Amino acid sequence: MTIPLSPQPPTGFDPKDGGRNTLSDDSTLEDAIGEGKENAIELKEIEGLSQGRIVVRRFFRHRGALISLILLGILVVLAFSSEGIDAFGLRIPGWWKYTYTFVGNVVDGGRPTLNLIPQWLGGAGIRWGDHPFGQDDIGHDTFAQVMRGAQQSLMIVFVVGIVSTFIGVVVGATSGFFRGAIDTVLMRLTDVVIIIPLLVLTAVLGRTYGNLGSFFLAIVLGLASWTGLARLVRGDVLGLREREFVDAARVAGASSARIMFVHILPNAIGVVIVNATLLMSATILTEAAISFLGFGVQAPDVSLGKLIFDYKEAFSVRPWLFWWPGILIVLIALTINFIGDGLRDAFDPRQKRALNRAARLAKAEARAKARVAASS
Amino acid sequence: MLTFLSRRLIASVLVLLAASYLVYQLSANAGDPLADLRQSTALNKDELIKQRIAQLNLDVPPPLRYFVWLGGVLKVFTGQFDLGKSLKGQPVTDLLASAVGVTVQLLLTATLLAIILGILVGITTALRQYSGYDYTVTGLSFLFFSLPSFFVAVILKQYVGIGFNNFLQNAAFPWWVILIVSLLVGGIWQGILGGDAKRRLITVAIAGGATAVVMAFVSLTGWFNNPSLGIIVVAVLGVGVAFLITTLTAGFANRKSLYTALTVVAIGLAIYYPFNLLSDYLTIWSVLGLGVLAVVVGIVVGYLWGGTDRAISARTGAITAFLVAFLIAVDRFMHSWNNYATSDIINGRPIGTVGAGTPNLSDVTSNFWIEGLDNFTHLLLPTASLLLISLASYSRYSRASLLDVLNQDYIRTARAKGLSERAVIMRHAFRNALIPITTIVAFDFGGLIGGAIITEIVFGWSGMGKLFNDALSPVPDVNPMMGFFLVTGAVAVLFNLLADLSYTALDPRIRVAV
Repeated sequence: MTIPLSPQPPTGFDPKDGGRNTLSDDSTLEDAIGEGKENAIELKEIEGLSQGRIVVRRFFRHRGALISLILLGILVVLAFSSEGIDAFGLRIPGWWKYTYTFVGNVVDGGRPTLNLIPQWLGGAGIRWGDHPFGQDDIGHDTFAQVMRGAQQSLMIVFVVGIVSTFIGVVVGATSGFFRGAIDTVLMRLTDVVIIIPLLVLTAVLGRTYGNLGSFFLAIVLGLASWTGLARLVRGDVLGLREREFVDAARVAGASSARIMFVHILPNAIGVVIVNATLLMSATILTEAAISFLGFGVQAPDVSLGKLIFDYKEAFSVRPWLFWWPGILIVLIALTINFIGDGLRDAFDPRQKRALNRAARLAKAEARAKARVAASS
Repeated sequence: MLTFLSRRLIASVLVLLAASYLVYQLSANAGDPLADLRQSTALNKDELIKQRIAQLNLDVPPPLRYFVWLGGVLKVFTGQFDLGKSLKGQPVTDLLASAVGVTVQLLLTATLLAIILGILVGITTALRQYSGYDYTVTGLSFLFFSLPSFFVAVILKQYVGIGFNNFLQNAAFPWWVILIVSLLVGGIWQGILGGDAKRRLITVAIAGGATAVVMAFVSLTGWFNNPSLGIIVVAVLGVGVAFLITTLTAGFANRKSLYTALTVVAIGLAIYYPFNLLSDYLTIWSVLGLGVLAVVVGIVVGYLWGGTDRAISARTGAITAFLVAFLIAVDRFMHSWNNYATSDIINGRPIGTVGAGTPNLSDVTSNFWIEGLDNFTHLLLPTASLLLISLASYSRYSRASLLDVLNQDYIRTARAKGLSERAVIMRHAFRNALIPITTIVAFDFGGLIGGAIITEIVFGWSGMGKLFNDALSPVPDVNPMMGFFLVTGAVAVLFNLLADLSYTALDPRIRVAV
């Protein structure tokens, strides 16, 4: 029996059916052949593409990550367009008729007017209404407040992401690249910050600087949460600096800075991006937590955590004041988590959460190869 | 090894010192410690301000005041440990002493349960990788990762706490709840056990059917208001436990282990009635002592059944004995439930949502079982909310760890030798998968004391979280803050060291570079 285990797919092969349309009794072998072909297709597909294109391609294959990216995009657009931008003296009004500081009459006990149950199902019909997310006891429009809160929370998340990624990369790369005394000093410094629980550090900083505005708060939070990334980047750089291409660059006369920025850091980009994303999803929870304790964003501004903090006593009377910001926090954290997961798969295919079928096929292939080896 | 240890310890102490300096400066900077007095309308306002300045050395600038505080800490070597006083004048050492106890009580159960359940879930998902069960658990753990702890806590308080108390008024399940829960349970079991379609259907039928019968029984007899297991259920469950533990630890073919386990169950049933008669006179220490005694009995029985595998039989006996003793204790707790729930002070709403215990309960009764129930009802919700969140991460870790191990060559060797799947999983894979988990567990225990600031505040426990929160608002209070940090930091450093040591101890491939 001849077994065509060559990685080259036959011409005219349809990648869609994966070559498994001819399942016979000896399905293991057939599967294995299909798998071999599938690998070849995968290789062929990414042939000639740059590393960046391959990563993008892999990322878009991760359905959860893609959906999350779209959802997060919609959320960002909704939050910023509805309430407009109001920062650093710049004021652009949004399309929603109320601002987050608007105080009106409380209509119908502040109940939400949003309704998704159509009339033919016995509901009041699909409508948006005047106060879709309801009102609080003094007449603030909850939709406006939640949108403004989401804006602030998203802004804090991104600023913290940028600040802590920057510090983490600089500290980690310097430490790993130069080693020796610099490494010792920087890593002990990291230990000093790491030993203080993040919530403690951020709450103390928030208590001190929270009244300076949420942008400043975000920068301060960023100064507290870079440690994990610094350690990871250091570990990666320590490995990369021993590689041949670094030696080659050094022999060619490249300076330390050039080696670090041109040769080493681009290779560590996967670790950086993935962990920056996961850090951001943790940040939204941290911000919510310290705002919930009252040490985060200060009045008159709002954030999602602060909204829950303000209305936690009202839960049994006006549950919508609690649900909307809570759901938004979960939604943002969940989408960023999924995006991080997708990025990890894209950058590091070894950790790929393979599909059911693919795993079965991989096993089958291994078995088939073993059998080939035994029969030859 | 000693050099490594001492070097690590010295480095940790220096790091801790530097961090404490940082925290001191930050919290001294966090706001005006006299803010409340400045706004007060008391007649002796200036007097009070002066008094506080003198008491807390506020006239010394913070960078130097730190060393005054450090001097107090260093007096630990002369036996006059002094962490300063809070703004209200209480010594911080006293505040810490009560707070640490409360927090450990809250977090120990939650962490232990999270570890055990997390490892169980992680292992089952790793063994059923890429199944529907695996995907569901993965999706759920992503969700739990994304839940803010206060969100979970408030929802549990509202729906589970108050909802369950309302449910107890009637204590009957509607038929559709029974149907949904049974199908759910059946679905979970078929996911874990796997197999072909026919086997899965049978699993759903058995597991779902059993659940439905139990729920219907519970519902019809009003079991929740007067729960008990009774000797028959204890016996059935005990025999089940005996078979399960034997299968897992020794293999079903090991008859001596099976007989050991069954003998232990028989002994447990024999002391069921005497135990219940005497139980009213027991205290917490005698109950714990009985637990230890049960384990000893299990070991002795294992040795007496003997054979070449004495150790294995003894282990099986010990685990089974502990679980049977636990069942009997649970049964005894249930006997007290009705007295507890209908007593005047509880008034039919047993699930507590505020605090660590019912105030003034000891005035009414000092029975160990009633107090235990009171503890249980108050621990239930905070534990559940902590559990949900940390369970997710433990299950992910142990899944990844076991998958990693299962791909190793020695697992293939073990299979190739013809070992049973049980031996491969339990003896070769599971034990090695536990090594990285041990480090994470040690690390987490280090963070345990500072752990649940938010959960403590939502559920009104006055532990370390409350201490921390009070030290920041309304007026920053440096000394309690430093006390909080000193305890959490020292414990974290200690457990980090333990984590490193346990790793080298458990994995002979890793040796400390001396």
